[in-house]
Amino acid sequence: MMDMDNIAVQCKSMTKTYGSGSTLVPALRGVDLEVRTGELMMLVGPSGSGKTTLISIIAGVLDRDGGECTVFGHDFKHMTHYEKTRYRGQNIGFVFQLFNLIPTLSTAENVAVPLIINGVKRREAIERACEILSRVGLGDRTSSPPTQLSGGQQQRVAIARALLHNPKLIVCDEPTSALDHETGHKILELLHDVAVGIDRALIVVTHDARIFEFADRIAKMDDGFIISVEKSNYRLTNKKKN
Amino acid sequence: MNFIALKMLVGNRARYLSIIIGLTFASLLITQQSAIFMGLMTRTFGFLTDTSFPDIWVMDPKVQYIDDIKPLKETESIRVRSVEGVAWAVPLYKGLLKARLSNGTFQTCNVIGLDDETLIGGPPQLLQGKLADLRRSDAIIVDIVGATGKLARSTPEGKRIPLKIGDTMELNDHRAVVVGICQVQRTFQSQPVVYTTYSRATVFAPRERKLLSFVAAKAKPGQDFHTLCQRIRKTTGLAAYTKDEFKKLTIRYYMKYTGIPINFGTTVVLGFIVGIAIAGQTFYSFTLDNLRYFGTLKAMGATDRVLLQMILLQAALVGSIGYGLGVGVASTLGALSGSTELSFLLTWQLLLASAIAVMLICAVSAVLSMRKVIRLEPAIVFQS
Repeated sequence: MMDMDNIAVQCKSMTKTYGSGSTLVPALRGVDLEVRTGELMMLVGPSGSGKTTLISIIAGVLDRDGGECTVFGHDFKHMTHYEKTRYRGQNIGFVFQLFNLIPTLSTAENVAVPLIINGVKRREAIERACEILSRVGLGDRTSSPPTQLSGGQQQRVAIARALLHNPKLIVCDEPTSALDHETGHKILELLHDVAVGIDRALIVVTHDARIFEFADRIAKMDDGFIISVEKSNYRLTNKKKN
Repeated sequence: MNFIALKMLVGNRARYLSIIIGLTFASLLITQQSAIFMGLMTRTFGFLTDTSFPDIWVMDPKVQYIDDIKPLKETESIRVRSVEGVAWAVPLYKGLLKARLSNGTFQTCNVIGLDDETLIGGPPQLLQGKLADLRRSDAIIVDIVGATGKLARSTPEGKRIPLKIGDTMELNDHRAVVVGICQVQRTFQSQPVVYTTYSRATVFAPRERKLLSFVAAKAKPGQDFHTLCQRIRKTTGLAAYTKDEFKKLTIRYYMKYTGIPINFGTTVVLGFIVGIAIAGQTFYSFTLDNLRYFGTLKAMGATDRVLLQMILLQAALVGSIGYGLGVGVASTLGALSGSTELSFLLTWQLLLASAIAVMLICAVSAVLSMRKVIRLEPAIVFQS
């Protein structure tokens, strides 16, 4: 029996269909998923299997059609639009495939955005952004625009941005797809080191089999279903190494 | 979030400059064309502005505007003078007469004939000579623009020599001697203005049974102008207007019977459309360019209200800069055209109207962008 306190995300029979009338496209056909705190869960599967739809619903940026879904005990369906937005701002961090860094802001300003959204003063937010950028090895690039950074550096900035406001849940969409193998590995190591904590959970959507080893569990999706959830041995291997 | 909004806007140089240029152009067109229109309209009653003493203007009831002269009997000035509440009333002649220039060509002049005794209604500013000199034989006072322009003499080499005191000219085959040079408001038809006495003006004018153009009257202290006008109308059967009423009558005529408002109105509307088309469309495109980032901010917890504030701030910034530049360029052009025939009058009301027009353009652009951002699904952030 699972301790409910350890559950970060719980989805039961969740469905989502796009389109209307004769052009209905079912994206999720009854997904059951549980993500625990302190866990890095990877969602894998072919294109169109429903991975992005699933994390969009879990992150509260898309509404589900049916079933249940709670994030740290909160159901977005019972929240107003405003409450949902504020909950996301305070509790969820995002890492995007294309980084989504605002090109006209400096690196530090980009990282500071979640704090500024949450009402922290600009100066303080940027100071804290600079601190976390040092943690991800970009302390010397705080004033550079993101366009002057490499893909790996930009993804590290995106990770710093996702972590700065200390969210409980971090969702990453294909975080290594735009990166080479070595950089992808470094990014995942970084994510695992800084993001996975005892009261935090990390969901990573990926196609990239080279990073599967970083997962605690891997949920395989196909055609709108989760077809299997398997344990990975990354932590055990790492513990043995250490 | 304000600094993020401003950096997003200013950082996209090409779009930012396009929006500013569009708004500047719109603001310039709207302000400049309206100012020229206002200047032209002011010129239509320039004579009334120059003639400040009379409170009430009496004329034939069929007169539609200041240059629409329907002569009265000379005795009408005496009838007006006898109306209760009138302090004084003097006859005024106003008409277009031909002046023969030294080179043999003719120039139509706007001749003003002042009451012989009081010389009431004289030019507002005399640059040379004295008003009393009009009492001398064949005396006339010519406005500086006419004296240096259309009435100036030409040498065989083509050089123009301005009229000066002592020079003579022919007005409708009568000798006239320049005794003064004055400064008057530019008139709508831009003809030289010539002042003389009423009796001499009636000699210069072609013979007609009636030659009195207006009776200019002054109200006794404490008299209500409108009541006095009504009394004059009732007693004499003539039309009587206060100065402001006569100005409005003149403007109304030009607005109704000339194509001027339509011509200028079209340009002003075009300016507005250009503003919407260029600035509005570019601003909207700028929002579309940044939709992914607005979506990212939305996903990261920025509420719709915050995003709307960001767009409004961006619109307000480009609006203020575009308006300021447009009005600045319009004012500079206006100042540079001060010595030319171009009429240009930039009033605070016009500046306000122009600001409202630019604000409207920005508001339309902002509303279009805001609709897009409000309807934006934050899930867009996961689309590659």
